[in-house]
Amino acid sequence: MSELNALMKVFGEAGGDKAILENNEIAHLVASGHKLLSMNSVAGFEVDAKETRTGISAKVTVKEGIKIKNPVHLCFGVLHKKGTQKIKMDVRLEKNASAHFIAHCIFPNAEKVRHIMDAVVEIGEGAEMRYSETHYHGLYGGIEVVPKAVVRIANNGRYFADFTLTTGRVGTLDIDYSVEAGENAVTELTARVFGHANDDIKIKERVALKGKNSRSIIKSRVAIEDDAHAEVTGITEGNAEGARGHVDCMEIVKDRAVAKAVPIVNVTNPLAKVTHEAAIGSVDKRQMETLMAHGLTPEEAVDVIVKGILK
Amino acid sequence: MLLIEIKGITFQAGDKNILDDFSMTIENSEVHALLGTNGTGKSTLAYLVMGCEGYRPTAGEIVFDGKMINDLKIHERASLGITMAWQEPVRFEGISVRDYLTLNNKDINPAHYIEMVGLHSELYLHRMVDKSLSGGERKRIELASILALHPKLAILDEPDSGIDMLSTQDIVNVINAFKEHGSSVLLITHREEIVIIADKASQICNGKVVCSGSPAKVAEYYKSRKCLVCSGEVCAYV
Ligand SMILES: Nc1ncnc2c1ncn2[C@@H]1O[C@H](COP(=O)(O)OP(=O)(O)OP(=O)(O)O)[C@@H](O)[C@H]1O
Ligand SMILES: [Mg+2]
Repeated sequence: MSELNALMKVFGEAGGDKAILENNEIAHLVASGHKLLSMNSVAGFEVDAKETRTGISAKVTVKEGIKIKNPVHLCFGVLHKKGTQKIKMDVRLEKNASAHFIAHCIFPNAEKVRHIMDAVVEIGEGAEMRYSETHYHGLYGGIEVVPKAVVRIANNGRYFADFTLTTGRVGTLDIDYSVEAGENAVTELTARVFGHANDDIKIKERVALKGKNSRSIIKSRVAIEDDAHAEVTGITEGNAEGARGHVDCMEIVKDRAVAKAVPIVNVTNPLAKVTHEAAIGSVDKRQMETLMAHGLTPEEAVDVIVKGILK
Repeated sequence: MLLIEIKGITFQAGDKNILDDFSMTIENSEVHALLGTNGTGKSTLAYLVMGCEGYRPTAGEIVFDGKMINDLKIHERASLGITMAWQEPVRFEGISVRDYLTLNNKDINPAHYIEMVGLHSELYLHRMVDKSLSGGERKRIELASILALHPKLAILDEPDSGIDMLSTQDIVNVINAFKEHGSSVLLITHREEIVIIADKASQICNGKVVCSGSPAKVAEYYKSRKCLVCSGEVCAYV
């Protein structure tokens, strides 16, 4: 089987739709390790991707005023037990452009794999970007995922990002996202992670609300069991008049797992307002009792609650 | 036939006996209304019958279908056919109304039960059972989910609170639906127009049932503020 087919097979098993690659109206980029396996572009969408020694370096531009109709699929994987994949992404949305990126990160057999993502994102005036990243991991836990992103949003721009790692072992996760928002810009960052065994989760998300009336919400949902660790840091800086930010962190802890939430709020303009809420603990007792009164066993009840929160 | 027999149960919270040698029975398919002023222990009784954590009688027995259930946990009681709609139903993230109604039985038609509580299924099945529902909507969805369970005993703790006055008939319909399914209902309520549709009513005061009988009679008694047992000191009547 070719490497592309092997990757697509796992992608299909994880619930992905393989037909994406055959549709020439859908832009895509598929890389396994440091090999570029497949690529397609659509009108107004420029990609300049090349293989590097340890991964891929890609420059993506969505031209001014272009609204990409179908989501752009990015598929990054390492099928081997060992390896390093370093993805360097430079994404630029020009004025009033819009695009939705869906990244599938597939590491089913990782025993010692590093996946490093270094992204620089520029969102032009009035442009809108959605970025959804979903990970499919195996059961070995020998993976290290290090996604870093520096995002700059110009006036009236919008950025919605969500990160989901709820299938398989997390391994070591170290997210570091930093967003700077201009006037009227909107930012939504969401992370959902389910950790098991000795998984180690670090999520650090920062939004600097620099422009007037800019808005942001940082939402994290983490469930951890066994001996897993999680540390979630949500930083919001309110630096301009009318800026509004909110940090909403919920962590559910089972067994011997240990969770930490660090909400940092930094307001330098008296007309800005930033709020935060963090809830860490075991599954809510009233929710448990309600589901048990509906006939679920305690184990089933926990399962339903955790799945709901991570959805 | 008796479905549940609550035999002289006592329950303490702090240094106060909330229930003190409390007894009552409910027959099969009987709707039994429980009246009492705020803080008289109605919800406490509901938690004791459902078996919530921390709610075990210090004396007395709860016998369901001929079986002593004092030591059973909530889900064990649920599997016997007991269920409850809390006075303030809890919210869930990421669970749709459709999922919520079919948690325990994928074969039921959730739309049917949503319509039965006076909501349009096409507007609500896809909604989340989270903070976005209004108080009254959440209560109705809880009632629908309890109906869908076809329990032997449904404990409804103030199903009418938070429901607008014009919709009292919706609640009456739900209670009648329980009866038609052959379910018994322990119906905690403060509304007289709901009390009178019950088969029987009891009034709780000072940890005991002070009056029991036809709903009209008990409601009358309750309003007239007569008290047979109360010392007057502890009695919540004002
Ligand atoms: N853990 C506790 N510690 C001390 N007192 C408690 C505790 N739990 C309940 N109580 C008290 O027990 C009494 C009965 O409470 P309960 O909630 O059963 O009343 P209720 O009849 O349902 O009232 P309402 O009509 O307001 O719903 C109240 O006075 C309440 O304050
Ligand atoms: Mg009550």
